[in-house]
Amino acid sequence: MDERKIRVVVAKPGLDGHDRGAKVVARALRDAGMEVVYTGLRQTPEQIVETVLQEDADAVGISILSGAHTFYFTKIITLLKEKEAGDVIVFGGGVIPENDIPGLLDAGAGAVFGPGTPTSVCVEWLEKAVAEKKEKEQ
Amino acid sequence: MNAEYKDAREKFEAGVARSLQKHKERKESFTTGGGLPLERFYGPDDIESLDYMKDIGFPGEYPFTRGVQPTMYRGRFWTMRQYAGFATAEESNERYRYLLSQGTTGLSVAFDLPTQIGYDSDDPMAQGECGKVGVAIDSLRDMEILFDKIPLDKVSTSMTINAPASVLLAMYICVGEKQGVPMDALSGTIQNDILKEYIARGTYIFPPKPSMRLITDIFEFCSANVPKWNTISISGYHIREAGSTAAQEVAFTLADGIAYVEAASKKGLDPNVFGERLSFFFNAHNDFLEEVAKFRAARRMWARIMKDRFGVTNPKAQMLRFHTQTGGSTLTAQQPENNIVRVTIQALSSVLGGTQSLHTNSMDEALALPSEKSVGIALKTQQIIAYESGVTNTVDPLAGGYVIESLTNGIEEKAFEYIGQIDDMGGMLTAIEKGYVQKHIQDAAYEYQRSVEAKEAIVVGVNKFQVKEDKGSMKLLTVDASVGERQIAKLRQLKENRDNIAVSNALEEIRKAASVESQNLMPYIINAVKCYSSEGEICGVLREVFGEYTENIVL
Repeated sequence: MDERKIRVVVAKPGLDGHDRGAKVVARALRDAGMEVVYTGLRQTPEQIVETVLQEDADAVGISILSGAHTFYFTKIITLLKEKEAGDVIVFGGGVIPENDIPGLLDAGAGAVFGPGTPTSVCVEWLEKAVAEKKEKEQ
Repeated sequence: MNAEYKDAREKFEAGVARSLQKHKERKESFTTGGGLPLERFYGPDDIESLDYMKDIGFPGEYPFTRGVQPTMYRGRFWTMRQYAGFATAEESNERYRYLLSQGTTGLSVAFDLPTQIGYDSDDPMAQGECGKVGVAIDSLRDMEILFDKIPLDKVSTSMTINAPASVLLAMYICVGEKQGVPMDALSGTIQNDILKEYIARGTYIFPPKPSMRLITDIFEFCSANVPKWNTISISGYHIREAGSTAAQEVAFTLADGIAYVEAASKKGLDPNVFGERLSFFFNAHNDFLEEVAKFRAARRMWARIMKDRFGVTNPKAQMLRFHTQTGGSTLTAQQPENNIVRVTIQALSSVLGGTQSLHTNSMDEALALPSEKSVGIALKTQQIIAYESGVTNTVDPLAGGYVIESLTNGIEEKAFEYIGQIDDMGGMLTAIEKGYVQKHIQDAAYEYQRSVEAKEAIVVGVNKFQVKEDKGSMKLLTVDASVGERQIAKLRQLKENRDNIAVSNALEEIRKAASVESQNLMPYIINAVKCYSSEGEICGVLREVFGEYTENIVL
């Protein structure tokens, strides 16, 4: 069976320059057999959504450590819906206070991984989430 | 080494080998956190080749291995300098005055990301970021509020500002003037280190060439006008946070330093003069012995580089003076109180390594900006080390220790190896362009993550000794969402009330000067700041002339 590899965009929205986590996660996803596109720094939500559409990605991982997470998660999810790509899985991580996480999940994020999360947890979660998404599509 | 010792050591080793067959050690082999081999024990023969006068020397003397002053902390403690800033100038001014009342001895300003990247608060790129990781500064008006009731002739101020460093320095100079403090009485530091922004921190604006010009313009201007100002803080901190090893931190920082000295010398400046005002900034992580050795090695290496490579004879220009911050990336979101202990170990290593100033992180920084309470504990940690631990009462107390001197050599050797490779490539700018530095850092970061997941490296509370905890219960600092709106309203009001003709003239002057490479931009920028041109306007003009840097993505 010719099954398509999971395609993920790992994105750094806004002005935040902390890219260690994004790059470590991107490499871990790649090592787990996924196709990963890393956007680089200073991406506007519009640019990120554009990349997601262009790459026909199954998921987008957002990394943010500047405290602007609520703004960017919400904006990206809204734009995806506007572009009729609301089925793209949105997940992320960074320095995000526990109390802010429910709001991000309510807005439509699939998961938010805090500091100290093993990359294997992200990988497993994403594999499962993509499988569920594909099941729904069939 | 005498024969008796050699004989005894051989016997000892043989005895250990026998007992190892019964009682294995915890691991097959031991290394430092940065991967340097660590022997079972070190003896006098391990430092046999050390020449005290050549390699260690006396405190305050070349090669400064033991510190940059003869009396070190017996004279005066390091500057206790807590990095702070959030929301608007009003809130941050209040936090600074709290810190000063608690005994902090120097200020350290954290700017928000739009300020660090040369955008005004009303710029579309600033959306969502205003006042988040630091204070929002759009114009001299904000800066006046930020330092309200803080006499600039009494405190020294460090500003973490890089690409637009000239603009923020100009604002500081203007606030001083308004307080009646002349430029030559101001003391402090601007980070002004663009190379590590390309490598690890990400707040660049312009391409390397004009960026290096802005930096050397500052060197030149300050040598003549602001002689007590540290014109750059060449930073390994962020390189380490991005995942580098300790030896890489030293190597890449000093290689950046070499690039700045070369650029300034090329401009015709004398390293014996501007060299005095170069300062450094290092990280302190958990591997205590390696960290102490790292600081000592960095000092010795820089003295050697300045003397041998650049022919610098002025001892003050050979000295590596440095600020330290404890390692943000070592803090855990799990059991955050444990971070107090990590910070203590790290801070102690920097004191035993001879730091000139220190920021201790707060326990809650893996979760949010630090609360006032946790900042208080972090500062007290420094005070306890200074006043109670006793380690400050004799200079460089670990010198001569077999393992410390061996590791100091080990770091130096490894770091010079990297610097040699960078030289071979044609210098730091080329190494960055080729992604060499970024790749090494990322590989180290990935390897560390792998070792944590494989439980080869243990992080208490994260991959061992976990406990169930209620993470929502900690009182965290939140930045009010209205900060952006308030800041934008202030800016709009400023633009209505200032002399807009003076502003557009001043900006035009900057544009003209920027396109003539031999012009020093500082006086033009001061002029523009003085009539309340905004930071975004000044950087906007420079963006038009210089263009913008685009990241070389290395993965």
